[in-house]
Amino acid sequence: MASATSPPREREAGSGAGPARAGAPPEKSEQEFQADFDAAVAADERIEPRDWMPDAYRATLVRQIAQHAHSEIIGMQPEANWITRAPSLRRKAILMAKVQDEAGHGLYLYGAAETLGADREELLDKLHSGRQKYSSIFNYPTLTWADVGAIGWLVDGAAITNQVPLCRCSYGPYARAMVRVCKEESFHQRQGYELLLALSRGTPAQRAMAQDAVDRWWWPSLMMFGPPDEASSHSARSMAWKIKRHSNDELRQRFVDICVPQAESLGLTLPDPELTWNAERGHWDFGPIDWQEFQEILKGNGPCNAQRLEQRRRAHDDGAWVREAAAAHAAKQRSRPVEPPAHQERQPAGAHTAAPRAARSGDR
Amino acid sequence: MTATAPPALALLPPADDALVLSHRLGEWAGHAPVLEEEVALANIALDLLGQARALYAELRDELGSEDEIAYLREERAFRNCQLVEQPNEDFAHTIVRQLYFSAYQLPLHHRLASCVPVAAKAAQETAYHLDHAEQWTLRLGDGTEESHARMQRAADALWRYTGELFEPIEGLDIDWHGLRAEWSGTLTDVFGRAGLTVPDGPGTGAWSAGAGRQGLHTEPFGRMLAEMQHLHRSHPGASW
Ligand SMILES: [Fe+2]
Ligand SMILES: [Fe+2]
Repeated sequence: MASATSPPREREAGSGAGPARAGAPPEKSEQEFQADFDAAVAADERIEPRDWMPDAYRATLVRQIAQHAHSEIIGMQPEANWITRAPSLRRKAILMAKVQDEAGHGLYLYGAAETLGADREELLDKLHSGRQKYSSIFNYPTLTWADVGAIGWLVDGAAITNQVPLCRCSYGPYARAMVRVCKEESFHQRQGYELLLALSRGTPAQRAMAQDAVDRWWWPSLMMFGPPDEASSHSARSMAWKIKRHSNDELRQRFVDICVPQAESLGLTLPDPELTWNAERGHWDFGPIDWQEFQEILKGNGPCNAQRLEQRRRAHDDGAWVREAAAAHAAKQRSRPVEPPAHQERQPAGAHTAAPRAARSGDR
Repeated sequence: MTATAPPALALLPPADDALVLSHRLGEWAGHAPVLEEEVALANIALDLLGQARALYAELRDELGSEDEIAYLREERAFRNCQLVEQPNEDFAHTIVRQLYFSAYQLPLHHRLASCVPVAAKAAQETAYHLDHAEQWTLRLGDGTEESHARMQRAADALWRYTGELFEPIEGLDIDWHGLRAEWSGTLTDVFGRAGLTVPDGPGTGAWSAGAGRQGLHTEPFGRMLAEMQHLHRSHPGASW
């Protein structure tokens, strides 16, 4: 993966209010800052944007948060694919709200990356040019309505398993963003489960649709936890920094253990003949993962890699004139005399685009 | 203004308006020009879908469940105006369509608030939709030469679908002239501040006068319904 090494401004922003924790004398040495940082991490304290932090810590976080943000917005596509065909108004409302939540997650996360001195436009540029990645899971197609349920149950489920530990991540803004995100992901997971349950209890055709979706999404969702521990390059350092708290294999096992009984309640079969309860380990054993497939998709050869990126680029390019116009208008506003009071009543509240409103109450 | 509740069927045109526009806005998901607009357009779509469902609930005795109403009627049975079924095109068309519609829907909701509880609640949402469309009209009308030109083009293209909004809906005993005057006032004000010209001529083309309200729609609407209804109709009697 291309690294998101710090552009020059990151240092600037990070040291904007003095290079140390508030009140620290400016003559502190690099080693002393490092010692403070290490002590804070060891004591499970949060590192905040204005605190000193090692360059590599900052770069690792920017890369991870950006990749996470990109995954949220690319992840809108496979499900948005079904908004216009949702088979009931209730399901349509739930799905639109879910896809909207994912956009909101993207906003929180780009915001968290910006606290490290990154810039949303630049990060998007890296996504569009293929220099930064998003989660490979979204390179599979949503072929039937049941895929919406399978994504909610398995993909959001795997995301929660991955992200709950991130709520205790050492970097404050990321940890806080994760608290909000996880709350919403657990809605999504339950809604996905409930969608599949309705299909599983429905007509034979609906039931077959649900089983087919689970057959296709099960293995890719196990791959969401990343390569096996012995092949994972960044893990050790991220664990030391408390950006990561559990290994890929640990989290994958946790996920399998959660899903097996849920699949049973759904009345659906997980497509792995080797799934067996191992009383000695106290965990479910599962069959080997096809890492070849994972590597191929990572290289860009998945069924939807090109399509997802193309749609993202097109939306961005088609929207360029809108963003330019908003910027031009804002600049003109700044240089204009204040509007006469007669108009003030109908003046826009602020020169920003509409922000998310308070959470909706419907259908969650 | 009515004191007593209107006949339920009089609520079908506003309910269909909300459903259809919600669907069109839902088509933006994953395609919006900035991330904030993914959120904002989805908000409006969700509000409108909620309004449609609440209004369909009032029609249960006459027309059946909300899904029967939405998924099992043919094109000719829909009573939405033609404005809301117009394709999204570019962001300018979407914003102008929203401005034209919300500037109509807000005073309509105000007039219905005393006798239709759904309308009272919806008025707050609609005020937000109007504000959103207005802010973007100001930005894009003023922003760059290109955005100005796109907005004016959209304003002109969609103008012919606006006259229909003021054809009285049978059973809704409200002051339609006053409604139209309020709508015109809002548009003149917003377009004036955005540097845009309110289009000339009648707001209704020879072939669209009152048409949507009578079940006569434009060609893109049939394809929209085909997509919307396909899955539901493929599994008769199934529940989801
Ligand atoms: Fe998410
Ligand atoms: Fe989610």
